[in-house]
This record gives sequence, C-alpha cells and structure tokens, in this order.
Amino acid sequence: MTSAGRALAAVLLALASPAFAEEIKPGSAFLSPQMQRQQEDQGRNPGYLWVEQGEDLFSRRDGTTPTCLSCHADPKQSLRGAAARYPQVDANSGKLINLEGRIEQCRIDRQKQPAFGYESQELLGLTAYVASLSRGLPLSVSAEGAARPFYEAGRAFYERRQGQLNLACTQCHDGLVGQKLRGDTISHGVGTGYPAYRLEWNGLGSLHRRLRACSLGVRATQFDYGSDDYLALELYLAVRAKGLALEAPGLRR
Amino acid sequence: MRFAAIRTTLILLALASAPAGALEAYKVVGDAIPASLGGRIGDASRGRALVLDRTQGNCLICHHVPEPNEPFQGTIGPGLAGVGARLDAGQLRLRLVDAGLLNPQTVMPPYFRIEGLRDVAPAFRDRPALNAQEIEDVVTYLASLRTP
Ligand code: HEC
Ligand code: HEC
Repeated sequence: MTSAGRALAAVLLALASPAFAEEIKPGSAFLSPQMQRQQEDQGRNPGYLWVEQGEDLFSRRDGTTPTCLSCHADPKQSLRGAAARYPQVDANSGKLINLEGRIEQCRIDRQKQPAFGYESQELLGLTAYVASLSRGLPLSVSAEGAARPFYEAGRAFYERRQGQLNLACTQCHDGLVGQKLRGDTISHGVGTGYPAYRLEWNGLGSLHRRLRACSLGVRATQFDYGSDDYLALELYLAVRAKGLALEAPGLRR
Repeated sequence: MRFAAIRTTLILLALASAPAGALEAYKVVGDAIPASLGGRIGDASRGRALVLDRTQGNCLICHHVPEPNEPFQGTIGPGLAGVGARLDAGQLRLRLVDAGLLNPQTVMPPYFRIEGLRDVAPAFRDRPALNAQEIEDVVTYLASLRTP
C-alpha cells in the first residue's frame, strides 16, 4: 500500500470505530479543579459522612435479625464491584431494581425489618457505603436478555421531548455538553457520582433526586423516587456510561 | 359610575377574546407573525421583567442579554443584544410563539403552544408558558434591544 493509501485506511478505520463517537465523560470532569480535588479527598468530601454512617448501619443489629455483615462478611472484598452492576433485573420478581432497591429488599426479606424508605438518611448512607466499595471500578451494567425491554424504555424516555419547555435529555446532555445553563456547565448526564453531595441540597441525594431536578427544569412531570420510569432511565444512563469509573459519593454544585 | 362601566366592558372584552382552553389564533407569513396576538399592545418594561424572571420566561438559562447586573447567563442560544436590529417584531413573535415552526430540531422552547407537549407538570398544564399579552410584552422588549 502507498503511504497515502495507508493514511486513508487509517482515517477510514478511525471513522468506523466507536471510539470516534464523542467520548462520554464523568460529571466530575465538568467541575472546577478545586472541586475535583475535594471530591477525591475523603477528609474534605462531605459525602463520606454518609459513607461512615452507612458503614455503622452495616454492622448494626436491629432486634434479633441478622446484620448486613452477617450475610456479607468482609464487604470490602465480597461487595467490591456489586454497585457497578446495578440496576439489574431481579431474577425472582422479574423487576428492574437499583442498588437502593436491593438494599431495601435485603432489609425487608432477610432482616424482616420495615423499609427505610427512598431518600431516608439510612438508605442514603447504606447506598453510599456500598457504592463507595466500588469506587474507581468500571460500570458494567447489562442491557441484554431480561434487561433489554427496560433498556429500550429508558432510551425512549431519554430521547423524547417532554415538559412545557419541550426538551429531551439528549438535547442537553448530548447536544449542549460544555455549554452554560445559568451557572452550570452541562455534562453528559451520567449517574456515576450518585448518591452525590450537592452544595445546592446541602446534603447527599440519590440519582432519582437529581433526575427529578432535571424534570422540574423542563417543567415536566416529576416521577416518584424508585418509579419504573426513573429505574429504566437509570439503566439506560448506566449502559450509556459503560466502562466509566464509579465515583460515588460525588461532589456537585 | 363611569369607571365601573368601563371596568365591566374591559372584563367582558377579556372574556370574549380568550375562550377557555384555546389560544389566540395567529397567521404565519414567511418567517414572521406580523399581527400582534389578539391585538394586544406590548410593554417593554414588563417584557424585560418576564425575560429575567426564573418562573416566567427564564430566558437567561439559555440566552445572554445586555444586563450587566445579571450573573450566570446562559450560552445555549444566540446572544440577544442587538436582536431588535436583526429581526423585526413579526419575526421575533414567531420565534417566541413556536421556534419549531422554523426549525423542528430547535432547542428553543415553544412559549405560546399547548398542543403536542408531553408529560407537562401539573402546575404548567393546559396553558402556554407565556400568554398573548406576555408574548407582546417580550416582543416589545426584544425589539428595543438595538445595540449589538
Ligand atoms: C435544559 C437542559 C437539561 C435537560 C433537558 C436535562 N438536563 Fe440533566 N442536567 C442539566 C444541568 C444544567 C445539570 C447540572 C450540570 C451537570 O452535571 O450536567 C444536569 C445534571 C444531570 C445529571 C447529573 C450529572 C452529574 O454528574 O452530576 C444527570 C444524571 C442528568 N442531568 C440526567 C438527565 C436526564 C436523564 C434528563 C431527562 C429526563 C435530563 N438530565 C434533562 C440540564 C438538563
Ligand atoms: C432551553 C434553551 C432556551 C430558552 C429557555 C430560550 N431560548 Fe431562545 N433560543 C434558543 C436557541 C437554541 C435558539 C436558536 C434557535 C434555532 O437555531 O432554532 C434561540 C433563538 C431565539 C431567538 C432568535 C434569535 C436570533 O438571533 O435569531 C430569540 C429572539 C429568542 N431565542 C428569545 C428568547 C426569549 C425571549 C426567551 C424566553 C422567553 C428564550 N429565547 C428562551 C434557546 C432557548
């Protein structure tokens, strides 16, 4: 092959490979350098207060029921990577569940205790703790098999215009990445930092809380915490972010 | 007495021109809506307030306007300084009413449309983001922005 031919072949290859499509970046890539450093510093990222509370709850005994630790000994090993595989389809019920849903399921079915409730401090703490055990690991959520219809539903949600402002997620989080929306820089809208500590919330919040904020922003229906709509959307976001490192607890504006 | 009579007439007029659930009709000519909506007359200072207000126009999430005291303006849509010199009132009106008529892919929200929207939050359902009077106020304000 001539050198011009080789150059052309290289260009064609680059065009054909998916890496040529715009690379999805984590939310932290759009933060100021100071906030990036603060997120990575366990002593200065306030999200770690919830991680510590979650770690305490993990070995706390409620009545006579087993603790989380009695089933998941050595969680730093046994639960490392778990958070990176959610949401997933629960084999027994056939329903899509996220990490919060799995923790509540253990609480109700195995510990025989009342659910903590979405967005309670206890559930946020446990979710942040379990997620932190996968910090830095690549997301590996499946869109195949039983997950396929949920993935398709989540993608349809992500791509359709909604609300009085008639905007789709994709218009902001693919089309306007890097632009300023008021004081915010629009990111790729992935959930890898959640639960995250947001300065605006003055506390830790779940991904579904963030999704409710985007829905409100376009004056659209806010779906319930843990609703099927947001679960499917969460699955789609996770598959879209495949390979990105988990960074919960994230720090956000 | 006379005042009360005038007030009643005005109220009746308002009721007559805004049948429940329907928006004032308008006619598109080229890339413009030349006639004001429902014959309303706009007010630039009210229009300015609507543009800046977050619960109303909330235009600054996306646009920049010549207001040095407004921090954190958006960079999503074109800057609006000088827009009154680039576009006439009819062209501005069309872009506010429904920019999708010109560009179906547009990011600019339709401010005077209730049809074809999905999952609108209950508080905003079945009414346009801006009513006819508010559209005319904003058009008048934008038309006054003549310096690039
Ligand atoms: C009008 C623009 C707009 C639309 C439409 C929009 N968002 Fe957002 N979104 C933002 C802005 C601004 C932020 C805060 C800055 C950032 O992190 O991107 C944000 C943040 C997020 C985040 C958090 C990212 C992080 O790392 O903190 C997620 C996830 C997200 N959006 C998902 C969605 C989804 C899903 C939809 C549709 C249901 C949606 N957004 C619709 C503007 C929008
Ligand atoms: C969610 C983002 C967004 C919001 C909110 C928004 N706009 Fe826009 N606007 C745009 C974009 C993007 C364009 C470019 C339109 C296109 O290319 O289809 C635009 C175009 C315009 C234009 C035409 C400008 C030109 O030079 O051609 C005017 C006028 C305008 N907008 C005024 C407003 C006003 C007034 C408001 C609030 C009442 C507003 N916009 C709210 C995104 C927005």
